[in-house]
Amino acid sequence: MSTETMTRAEAAPATLPVGHYGYDAVDRAFLRERIEQFRDQVNRRISGELTEEEFKPLRLMNGLYLQLHAYMLRVAVPYGTLDSRQVRALARIAREFDKGYGHFTTRQNIQFNWIRLEDTVAALEVLAEADMHAIQTSGNCIRNVTSDEFAGAAKDELLDPRVHAEILRQWSTLHPEFTFLPRKFKFAISGSPHDRVVARFHDVGLIARPGPHGRPVFEVFVGGGLGRTPIVGVSLRDDLPEEDLIAYVEAVLRVYNEFGRRDNIYKARIKILVQALGADEFRRRVEEEFVAMDRARYRLEPAIVEAIKARFGTPDFAPESNAADVLAQDRSRDAAFDAWVRTNTHEHKVPGYISVVVSLKPAGGIPGDATAEQLDLLADLAEEFSFGELRVTHLQNVVLGHVRQDQLHTVWQRLSQAGLGTANVNFITDIVACPGLDYCALANARSIPIAQKLSSRFADLELQREVGEMRINISGCINACGHHHAAHLGILGVDKRGEEAFQITLGGSGEKDASIGQILGPAMSEDDTVNAVARLIDFYLVRRENGERFLDTYRRVGTAAFKDVVYAPA
Amino acid sequence: MPLLENGRLVEDTWHYAIEGEPLGNGDVIVPPERLSEGLGRTAGRLGVALPNGEPASSLKAALPKLSLVVVTFPIFRDGRAFSQARALREHLHFTGQIRAAGHVLPDQYEFLIRCGVNTVEVAENADLSVWTRNLKQFDVAMQPSPVLDEKPTGFALRRLLNRAG
Ligand code: HEM
Ligand code: SF4
Repeated sequence: MSTETMTRAEAAPATLPVGHYGYDAVDRAFLRERIEQFRDQVNRRISGELTEEEFKPLRLMNGLYLQLHAYMLRVAVPYGTLDSRQVRALARIAREFDKGYGHFTTRQNIQFNWIRLEDTVAALEVLAEADMHAIQTSGNCIRNVTSDEFAGAAKDELLDPRVHAEILRQWSTLHPEFTFLPRKFKFAISGSPHDRVVARFHDVGLIARPGPHGRPVFEVFVGGGLGRTPIVGVSLRDDLPEEDLIAYVEAVLRVYNEFGRRDNIYKARIKILVQALGADEFRRRVEEEFVAMDRARYRLEPAIVEAIKARFGTPDFAPESNAADVLAQDRSRDAAFDAWVRTNTHEHKVPGYISVVVSLKPAGGIPGDATAEQLDLLADLAEEFSFGELRVTHLQNVVLGHVRQDQLHTVWQRLSQAGLGTANVNFITDIVACPGLDYCALANARSIPIAQKLSSRFADLELQREVGEMRINISGCINACGHHHAAHLGILGVDKRGEEAFQITLGGSGEKDASIGQILGPAMSEDDTVNAVARLIDFYLVRRENGERFLDTYRRVGTAAFKDVVYAPA
Repeated sequence: MPLLENGRLVEDTWHYAIEGEPLGNGDVIVPPERLSEGLGRTAGRLGVALPNGEPASSLKAALPKLSLVVVTFPIFRDGRAFSQARALREHLHFTGQIRAAGHVLPDQYEFLIRCGVNTVEVAENADLSVWTRNLKQFDVAMQPSPVLDEKPTGFALRRLLNRAG
């Protein structure tokens, strides 16, 4: 007991970072030990003691991929929350070890695509100085836990899921039993009834809500996923008490580790196991394990949760009483600002505050890319206007969570000056795209150029407003890193007799009404695909009824009519 | 094959049964098919090599008479042996030796121990200093071991790794 109190008191820094867990001396020592281990592994690889086959999973567990032209380093952003100091460290890595930019991913991580093997230890040291790492951002282990980009800010939120995301992060870090799983394993957690984390498309998706005695309960979805076999996850438990959270996910992973297929990497994800056994049999095996295990060992006591929570900084909200009036005046004076506020903000739980989505999708740009200068600016803005906190979204944008409404106009001006003021969030040019054949060794086609063409084609803001909410996602191959299945309009790169070609899928959704997009017809060239998208949009504009989104019209009118638009001879 | 325990080389008194030959009297490790033959002996201790895909519970009946179970890594990436070892300790309360064999990396040493393995067969030419280093790499773990009673340290789920050797 006394060590516990002491460690906590000793380690408490002057100020804790808002929105994420603040490291203490033990966490920092752990990271240093991990870097030493990796340094040793790199040396053993260079000396030939480790074969490339043996080195590969070890480097992957430190986020290091070998891509087409260079190594790629994927840095973990636990539950998508960063502080200004960390964003500056990322800018430094972009500048010193990459070509001046980084690429935000749909897993709330950031990737650097041009890293040299001999620089990786140095890059990890820069990260460690800012309490960051690349642990378990790839490999067949438990990956970065993703969470809601409006966590702790959204008006519709029931509880901030990031404390439990942090608990899962710590629990899964170098887990002795689950570091050599059949395949990678991804958690997502939300505390809002509006699923903004795509929980049903994860290996385990958790939706938290308040339960009895002031402690949360969780709905547990298992076996969802995209990739080449898109599957919507099944609900395993509706009412998992907090104290059993760790025990229960241990049980799920035990069943997966024992029974998941290892003979075929395309059939190794937990979704395949859940489908093969059936939801009931899978649930039965999990329950059997759960009942048999020593649950006291894994009991997540309220005191543990509270101790972790105590290491999260909380924003000290001090709204100006006239903030809303100032914002209203600014909007009425400045039409461009007003348009941006309409698309790029989200309602905050505290009156006088607002959350801002900064679009990383300028007209004709590369989705998710940010330059070192832009990262530095975002760090400054976060520091000046949002309690030093910045979030990454699964749609490759970033969020300033807590901006005072009377300061919003200034924030917008500063963003606009740096090319970050695009007013297109959730519009047709808010495109998600994977790295594709420009970087990725597995790709069939380039995702980035077609994203840029579509972005230019629909750049006109009037047109975008007219089209309304519209989600386009692009993947360069069936691995679906761009989540094309979960898009209203998905684009999938395929290989058509040695040529790059694209298939269109329609009707997907990653939200509460989760559904998997259906392939419309044969693949087309890049330009034909861009033209086909334009025709589909025209058709929707003609056929839509009172306020329908593209997705709604598609669901009502049906595939055949949309298919004719693309494939029927004129 | 050199045998490691707590990061040190130890003498291996066990031998694997040879196919088609009698088991003899020493400490012998048999495949599950020869379990009853092994149990029928009057001298020497008995161990079983648990095949990779078999659940630990398949040994339940014989376990009280076994002094050793071998869990095998066909390749180091196949992590099922971690779960087998853990289940032997946690669910079947096996207190004998659990030995890891096959393709294991020194980078997995700590994981093995924390899942209940106590000895590891390493390659003839293995650099033992790498194994020892890996055993001492970390001072804390971020979660409780499923089988060892490590001391909590600080707060959260952290456990103190107190390594001898
Ligand atoms: C360029 C290097 C990359 C490589 C080599 C790569 C490799 C893969 C592979 C092989 C799969 C299929 C795994 C399976 O379904 O079993 C996959 C799926 C996935 N990857 Fe990537 N990926 C890369 C980049 C990315 C990026 C940039 C993102 C985020 C934008 C990402 C996020 C995902 C997601 C979300 C899935 C899919 C589905 C799921 O989890 O069910 N990956 N990736
Ligand atoms: S979807 Fe395919 S092309 Fe795109 S990043 Fe993933 S593996 Fe590479």
